[in-house]
Amino acid sequence: MKQCYVARGRALAARQLGEEVVIMSATDSTLYNLNEVGTLIWQGADGKTSLARIVEERICPIYEVEASEALRDAEEFVKELAKHGILQVAETPILELQGVANKRS
Amino acid sequence: MPPATLERKTTEAGFTGSGVTVEIGGVPIELRTTDEKFQRVIEDRYTGFLNPCAVPALRFEIELTEARAGSDEDVSVHKQGETWCMQRGDFRAEWNLKRREGWIRQCANPYSIDTVLRITHSLLLAMEGGFQLHASSAIRDGRAFVFAGVSGTGKTTTARLAPKDAVVLTDEISYVRRIGNGYRAYGTPFAGELAKSGANESAPIKQVCLLKQSLENRMRPVGQAEATRTLMRHVLFFARDKELVEQVLDSVVRFISRVEVVEMEFTRDGRGWELIQ
Repeated sequence: MKQCYVARGRALAARQLGEEVVIMSATDSTLYNLNEVGTLIWQGADGKTSLARIVEERICPIYEVEASEALRDAEEFVKELAKHGILQVAETPILELQGVANKRS
Repeated sequence: MPPATLERKTTEAGFTGSGVTVEIGGVPIELRTTDEKFQRVIEDRYTGFLNPCAVPALRFEIELTEARAGSDEDVSVHKQGETWCMQRGDFRAEWNLKRREGWIRQCANPYSIDTVLRITHSLLLAMEGGFQLHASSAIRDGRAFVFAGVSGTGKTTTARLAPKDAVVLTDEISYVRRIGNGYRAYGTPFAGELAKSGANESAPIKQVCLLKQSLENRMRPVGQAEATRTLMRHVLFFARDKELVEQVLDSVVRFISRVEVVEMEFTRDGRGWELIQ
């Protein structure tokens, strides 16, 4: 994959509960739940930071994992989330960020 | 030349029928019809929840039509400006948030009205921090207990096995209102397998029990994230509206910070009620 940028989706409501994020789609009321690693990616998904940097700065310092391996997994993960509209994924920074705020409860 | 538009309004002056005020969860909604027979259908359907003295929070004018398509298709709810629009095969309805009045077009059956009321209450509740849950609920010793679970986990069973000193509020749709810093559960006429309206009473909520059938009767506390995930799955959602989804998610998170949520394993012989006190 080329350089990858991620931003939070639009028609969503999300709340961080401890180390998890609960996300609800406003289009079909589907409920999603992100685990700790997913939450780290979600937190970093500001549209401006590359996925490689999110992995390097947020995941690698916590988990004993090679950056290249973690990035491969993260790329698969964001592709899956993009299918459900939870993340927007682009090869260039996503400047017009209209996604949900990263609210913490 | 401006585009031609048609605006439908309900007005006191133009209406010659009479109304029935159905009060669920302390929220009176007046249903007005010119058809006396259908008015009696409504009165029968909501016996125990009628309050002719209440000042309606919202007023619907019902226009009866020929039988429309069935009620098996999905309901569609969306907001256009200040108006909530709802539609299913068997009805169409709109109500204006500011004027607090609207109309329902349906054939003469109580099921369409039931759905319109459920949707309308879910929207009104969301605005004030409450929600409706797929859950049974009951009052015991002045406190309400809510029993949530997917179909088949025992909502109706729990209601059916309620001891004599418990007041069953519903076996299907629990009505949760935020009152001050706490929450109250109200009885509803929305029945499940029991096919019986709940009691028109209310009480502060002491506990939410996430039901799990088992060979033992016991409870375990549930963490905030798990409780939120699980309860959100049981909240009645109709509208595809981001603002509303945000409100309900906030309401559920806040609710869980105030009310104890437990997982309740129970046997199907009623002994689980020994844990409810």
